[in-house]
Amino acid sequence: MTQQSILLDGLPVPFEEGQTIMDAAMAAEIFIPHLCHHPEFKPQGSCKLCTVKATAATFRRARCRPRTAWRSRTTRRISTTSGGRCCRCCSSKAITSARRAKRAATACCRRWPTNSKCCRRISTSSTPIGRSMPRTRGAARLQSLHSLRTVRARQPRRRWQARLSLSGRGITKHLIVNAESGRLADTDFSLTDKAAHVCPVGVILEKRKGFAVPIGQRRYDVDPIGMQVERLAHRTTTEEEI
Amino acid sequence: VFDGMSVAGFTIGATKGLLYLRGEYAYLLPALRENLARRRRDGLLGTALCGQDGCDFDIDIHVGAGAYVCGEESALLESLEGKRGVPRIRPPFPVTVGYRGQPTVVNNVETLCKAALIAVNGGAWFAGLGTKQSTGTKLLSISGDVEMPGIYDYPFGVSVAQVLNDCGAGNAQAVQVSGPSGICLGMHEFSRHMAFEDVPTAGAFMVFGAHRDMFEVARNFAHFFAHESCGFCTPCRVGTSLVANCMDKIADGHGSQYDINEIFKIHRLLHVASHCGLGQSACNPLFDTLNKFRPAYERRLRSLDFEPAFDLDQALAAARQMTGRDDPAAHFGLAARVPGVTT
Repeated sequence: MTQQSILLDGLPVPFEEGQTIMDAAMAAEIFIPHLCHHPEFKPQGSCKLCTVKATAATFRRARCRPRTAWRSRTTRRISTTSGGRCCRCCSSKAITSARRAKRAATACCRRWPTNSKCCRRISTSSTPIGRSMPRTRGAARLQSLHSLRTVRARQPRRRWQARLSLSGRGITKHLIVNAESGRLADTDFSLTDKAAHVCPVGVILEKRKGFAVPIGQRRYDVDPIGMQVERLAHRTTTEEEI
Repeated sequence: VFDGMSVAGFTIGATKGLLYLRGEYAYLLPALRENLARRRRDGLLGTALCGQDGCDFDIDIHVGAGAYVCGEESALLESLEGKRGVPRIRPPFPVTVGYRGQPTVVNNVETLCKAALIAVNGGAWFAGLGTKQSTGTKLLSISGDVEMPGIYDYPFGVSVAQVLNDCGAGNAQAVQVSGPSGICLGMHEFSRHMAFEDVPTAGAFMVFGAHRDMFEVARNFAHFFAHESCGFCTPCRVGTSLVANCMDKIADGHGSQYDINEIFKIHRLLHVASHCGLGQSACNPLFDTLNKFRPAYERRLRSLDFEPAFDLDQALAAARQMTGRDDPAAHFGLAARVPGVTT
């Protein structure tokens, strides 16, 4: 029996019954840009970066390609305008942010004027890497978006454990913790907690860990996400079809 | 409504019905509870309805804070379960996995009300009303610049002009049908008909008189959506507030064609990428008013190219005050070129 497969940007991707498109693509080592997805958690679908267009019968003509690329780029672009905090993987402000996160535990979304891209400013001033950086590392540095992934990673086993939750709505939605002072430091939250490490946008950051990997050697400095997407999207169907 | 719920429960074999009451309407609660108690006494609710064995149905009222997004069925279910009103991922749809994981039918009270009337009068009676594709009647909640606002009951197919005439809106320039997510009709479209095949409606009918500024109306809607976004998905959480910012920028006189193009771009993104209908339709009123009332926007635009959101000369005001200078060299832009001009 031949394995069932879908065509993703013209490439055959085998799948099993009940598998999500994301899981199938990951298994086939095709990168669909995403933030909120984590293999260990139930799919949540809040970042919407992974949105692809299902074209059913016309899949073989790969009509989804241009629109997919455009959409994830735009989503990424609007995401980067929404906050002032920098992600632990890339930021020159990582240490300050971590301190602030630990102190206040409320990682608020700050509203930025439409056209000010704080991350662009930071990266151009603090890094010598070159012109492709701001956009291509956009996904990795989405800032201060609340992260449900962090919340989901923190399921308390005992009553007095720290519990993270989301509060507020719309653009002011933010992370809160169940300490009376509202400070993460006043709970038993520790670095061994999964929630301290899973946030894709750096809402909770580890202290004194800024630039553990020097600029220029970080994962997406070498092969930026955007480049990866474009390279993957431009792969042709030379691979053997299943 | 309670009759309709009982009919629905009987039809699908459910034993439990829930009515969701928004906090704003909590004053209705005593009367509704009284009604339910009377029905239980009369054998219209509880076990063995109307003396029929195996026909059990009871109704409970759930009071919730409510939100615009709680009109979305899965967000409503979340709210009923005591969680935040955030739309669920579908599938599974509520008919298979709904309230507390049980199959659930979610309907508007108006639909259930009609179900009760159909049960009494028969399907042929209902099918005889309205148009061929949109049978029955529709409650219109009319508000805005009219002499007699209120709830009107019309058969489907009624023209917008007739509704306006009946409610005493002599001077209307636009009508927003179905609330902020719906369609904005300009004066030249008042001959259109309220029906699924022409102007579909959810019931809201907002009339705007000639003295209203349609740009301000749209700006108000933009802020409404930014406020009502539940914040779950990125396109809606960020997109709605970006649109609100764009509208503010235009309102402040800093707008340009660039901002209008920005709004169109975000509209396209929200339409395809949002998690639920709120985000998908958040830019509809702007899109409609932009197409139909373009002059209201254009007279606010500073230039047709690009303008930054801040005034550089204004930003220097504090520095000028501190240094006590006001010569042309301390200004930027027009004021620097033409002495004596203050921005």
